[in-house]
Amino acid sequence: MSSQATSKKRIAGGWLELAVAVAIVAFLALLPMLNLPGLGLLPGPTYTPGSLHLMAYIMLMVSLALSYHMIFGLAGMLSFGHALYFGIGVYGLGIVLQRTDIPLLPAALIVLVIGIFVTHILGAISLRVSGISFAMVTLAFAQAGNVFVRRNPGGYTGGDEGLALATSNVPDFFIGVVNTKYLYWLALAVVVVVFAVVAWIEYSRAGHGIAATRENEMRVRVLGGRPFVVKLIAFVIGGSLAIVTGMAFLLLQSGAAHTHTTAEFTLTLLVMVVLGGVGRRWGVVVGATVYTILDQRLVALASHDAIRELPAVLRIPLSEPLFILGTLFILIVMFLPGGLSALVDRFRKVPVEDEPIKEPV
Amino acid sequence: MSTFILLLITGLGLGALYFLVASGLSLIYGLMGVLNFAHGSFLTLSAFAGWEVGRRIGLDTLTGFLVAILVGAIVAALTEFLLIRPLYERHIEQVLVTVGLSLATVALFEGIWGPDPINIQRMPWLIETTTIAGAPVPNSVFIAIGAAVLVLIGLLVFLRKTRYGLIIRAGVENRSMVTALGIDVRRAFTLVFTIGGIAAGIGGVLASNYFGYVSPLMGGSLLIFAFIVTVIGGLGSLAGAAVASILVAVLQQFTNYYWGYGDLIVVLLLAVVLLVRPQGLLGRKAA
Repeated sequence: MSSQATSKKRIAGGWLELAVAVAIVAFLALLPMLNLPGLGLLPGPTYTPGSLHLMAYIMLMVSLALSYHMIFGLAGMLSFGHALYFGIGVYGLGIVLQRTDIPLLPAALIVLVIGIFVTHILGAISLRVSGISFAMVTLAFAQAGNVFVRRNPGGYTGGDEGLALATSNVPDFFIGVVNTKYLYWLALAVVVVVFAVVAWIEYSRAGHGIAATRENEMRVRVLGGRPFVVKLIAFVIGGSLAIVTGMAFLLLQSGAAHTHTTAEFTLTLLVMVVLGGVGRRWGVVVGATVYTILDQRLVALASHDAIRELPAVLRIPLSEPLFILGTLFILIVMFLPGGLSALVDRFRKVPVEDEPIKEPV
Repeated sequence: MSTFILLLITGLGLGALYFLVASGLSLIYGLMGVLNFAHGSFLTLSAFAGWEVGRRIGLDTLTGFLVAILVGAIVAALTEFLLIRPLYERHIEQVLVTVGLSLATVALFEGIWGPDPINIQRMPWLIETTTIAGAPVPNSVFIAIGAAVLVLIGLLVFLRKTRYGLIIRAGVENRSMVTALGIDVRRAFTLVFTIGGIAAGIGGVLASNYFGYVSPLMGGSLLIFAFIVTVIGGLGSLAGAAVASILVAVLQQFTNYYWGYGDLIVVLLLAVVLLVRPQGLLGRKAA
């Protein structure tokens, strides 16, 4: 295939993607007004607060997974510390709202600016090393964040009990179960913005630079590029998107919990991205959705009579969602490289374009 | 003064636990380039196995200890054989598989034994203290230090004096050359995983005695510090892991006592080491 034909196909693919995205967003935006059955995936019909809350939760997880995709999928950096940036968003906004009289929007801006600054510094330090050492450094920073949150210095973070959202400076339509639909639309707006930013960067020159650095850092350097700057850009953008998602998450959950700053939480993001297909934007969307639905709804499955009556050997593993998800993850890594999106490719018989280059032995 | 001695010796005991986890991690990484996230689960499973045996047939035998070591060794060898080997040379995927394994096993342990720590019965003389320079030190601390020293000596003798040790050392140095000389390195892979599993098994029993409880999360929390120890000491260096374990644990113990933020200090130490010496204290290759 000539390069011109490829680029034409790419552009056509871009328009198709846009059309699909617009259709999905329009449908999702209407859901709070519709009475569609939950089909067992949701706790009730789509307009009920419980279902809206779960869908908003899923969308924010998709958004967070997309921000992780910037770092892991696009830039190829295995970070184990992404929860830290999410936590900066959640706890940063929570603390500013609780301790000051600043209204929601300026407070969010302040947190974002400080957060980007922190992301910059930590990213620049972490990027002095690469590969597994990079993973370890990011893990260590995130662990420090988690320790900080749990120790509850000065009563700022609430420790193990978490931090409740101070509602005095939050607009009324974001508060209360009746208003879940506004939080739902907020989550939808966040995921649309994050998706658009990620897609825009992937199509831009900067995105090509990031992808080139992932594939062959030495070659980029020889061609006069600066891999450090390129990687730092990807890291900071990914971190900033996670911060934005975290702030919406605080409003949705009306509080912050330390479990969302742990290394395990970052690992679940990794699982989502790999489940959907590393480096595939839509794959990440699907992976995060499938993961979150399974994670939330397998608990309901566990209390089902059919499972309760099983002998302990079967009952115990089946009533632990993370056991099922972890096993599924192992099976996908071993037998389905490329995740769920590879399955779709195989079904459509599309020749795989982005076959990862084998490491030279 | 007695507080100082107590903190120093308990710090050494904690360092011994870190070393038992980090030695396996470091060897595995050095030879195979795999960072084993499931290593904490080996430790947790061994701790539970030792506890289950101990409460069934009595505390005053070594059976529980031996069973725990055996469990650690078998589980580690099986992990290498079933999960790591099929993904030979694909390092990221190998790491991902161990991540999946650690998530799944921790959930399974929580399902079987419940999510909360279980206080364990210990042999009375393990809780008794021996007074050293006015500091009452629990005997379990000495056991931990002694075991770590024995494991370190054992590993060094094994690596320096035996044929398989030679193959492992050569493999860490240059794996393709060893393969080119007609030696099946894969057998060495299973071997280092088994050794790592044994060390983790010993660590599991000692950790449960040191802390006085078993919990599904104990392996994971030790693992994070073992990672830090491994990176500070230099990935692949056994001596580095030993030095860094002591450094990290003692520093952590002292800052926790006097200031309360020992874990943060450890992370700062890691950042400083990586900025000044990216390959770690005793690591040779630049990371």
